[in-house]
Amino acid sequence: MQKILEVKDLKKTFYKNKIPFVAVNGISFQVNTGECLGIVGESGCGKSTTARLIAHLTRPDAGSILLDGEEILHAKGKKLKEIYTKVQMVFQTPQDSFDPRCTLGDGIMESMINQGMKKKEARERMRLLMHMVEMEEEFAGRYPHQVSGGQCQRAAIARALAVNPKLIICDEATSALDVTVQSQIIELLRKLQREMGLSLMLICHDLALVQELCDRVLVMYLGSIVEEGTPDEIIQHPKQEYTKILIDSVF
Amino acid sequence: MSDTNNITIRKQKVVKDYTKPKLIVLSVLVFLLLAAAAFAPKIVPYDPYLQDLGNALQPPDSVHIFGTDRYGRDMLSRVIMGSQTTIYSALLLVIIITVTGTAVGIFCGYHGGRADSVIMRISDVFLAFPGMVFAIAVAGVTGGGILNAVIALACISWPKFARIARSQVMTIKSSPFIAAAKLAGTGTVKMLFKHILPNIAGPIIVTAVLDIGTMIMEIAGLSFLGLGAMPPIAEWGSMMSNGRSMLQTSPWVILAPGCAIFITVMLFNLLGDTVRDVLDPRQSKNK
Repeated sequence: MQKILEVKDLKKTFYKNKIPFVAVNGISFQVNTGECLGIVGESGCGKSTTARLIAHLTRPDAGSILLDGEEILHAKGKKLKEIYTKVQMVFQTPQDSFDPRCTLGDGIMESMINQGMKKKEARERMRLLMHMVEMEEEFAGRYPHQVSGGQCQRAAIARALAVNPKLIICDEATSALDVTVQSQIIELLRKLQREMGLSLMLICHDLALVQELCDRVLVMYLGSIVEEGTPDEIIQHPKQEYTKILIDSVF
Repeated sequence: MSDTNNITIRKQKVVKDYTKPKLIVLSVLVFLLLAAAAFAPKIVPYDPYLQDLGNALQPPDSVHIFGTDRYGRDMLSRVIMGSQTTIYSALLLVIIITVTGTAVGIFCGYHGGRADSVIMRISDVFLAFPGMVFAIAVAGVTGGGILNAVIALACISWPKFARIARSQVMTIKSSPFIAAAKLAGTGTVKMLFKHILPNIAGPIIVTAVLDIGTMIMEIAGLSFLGLGAMPPIAEWGSMMSNGRSMLQTSPWVILAPGCAIFITVMLFNLLGDTVRDVLDPRQSKNK
């Protein structure tokens, strides 16, 4: 199977008042094309940092990130913009992930216009994208504070899809939404993944959701990956002590 | 019986919000003031620089509404003429410090690192210094003149705006929408002007409008000390300075420009407060 993303020995240490804090401690994993990979673990275990490292929102210290077979660990400037046509992210708080002074439509079109697409074409494609995420077109003219969290998250997904990425990282994309909206968003992600052959990385602490959507799961604890396997394997026969605690605390 | 069963609804006093009409009224007044200052040479009843020694120190009457000064110049004309110097140099000053301060602040907040620390330490030095004393020193070195006074005040006033802009940038820099814009491939220039500047503009505009009044006072203050506008240019501060020895014999010479400063500063401050209520309701005191 083809790998879209391969991470080797990725490390990141934060310094607070010169006291080191190892957020990600040499993790290695891969995401196959068309696969949905879940990463679970408690708060502060380094899941979000991993996502931000891959998306280059935080600078990695050491290791290697291969995107589509290409090393991107120290990408900058133009190269970085190229990476952002392959990797996109959906954030935890939908309303905060849109500029409060720009409409949702502008937010969705931004990446297309940055790539040099004409405004008219971008608008056309924006309509198509909104249709794909099952949103009414009239939402394009609204501001983020005027729509519900679920609608905003749909727009965020549309924005992520705008550049035809190969990999979408969802950083707790559903945890700020209520249960019914959550299942709608999950349904939408599943549909898009099937139709477009997307690879997904789902960062999440909801084991039920992982079981429903993911092909493989990584369990992270204190910056390291402690267990890897299919969701059923992990939930039914956890090998590591920490995974057992994690599962027990849910069910 | 039925009366006691009635449900009493808690009465809530609804305070009517006068912010909008206040803003309109104050804006119109300030606009009139600016227009009067702009067209000062056209609307003055007499030549503000024409001396008529035989007519010196006349108390206010129907011919000279604010009286005349010791050279027999019409006070009303001089006050109107002076508004041009005072208000427009204050506006120029506020524009200079807002633009430079904000630019420096955004650079520091967005860029961070060593450059940020160095620039912020420099601004700390300026902030720690008593402003007027520094301005007097600068104006003393560069010599008199209204432009030098503006430069002197600009030197000490920019750090305030740099501080505000920097702290605002720091708070929004880490918000997800900036990360999302980065993921959309937005370059630094577009990021600054499209996403960061519009989101930090509110507090900066409020501070700028509130500062106009302060700056009018400071420019008039420097002129009063003889370091701002040079005679015979009509300027409120220097007019007050000229009249201060005659406060007891002919008070109108000092009262006319004094009242003009008082009214103008108050107008700009009230406008600033109202603009804050509109743009930045959280900082407002009475809500």
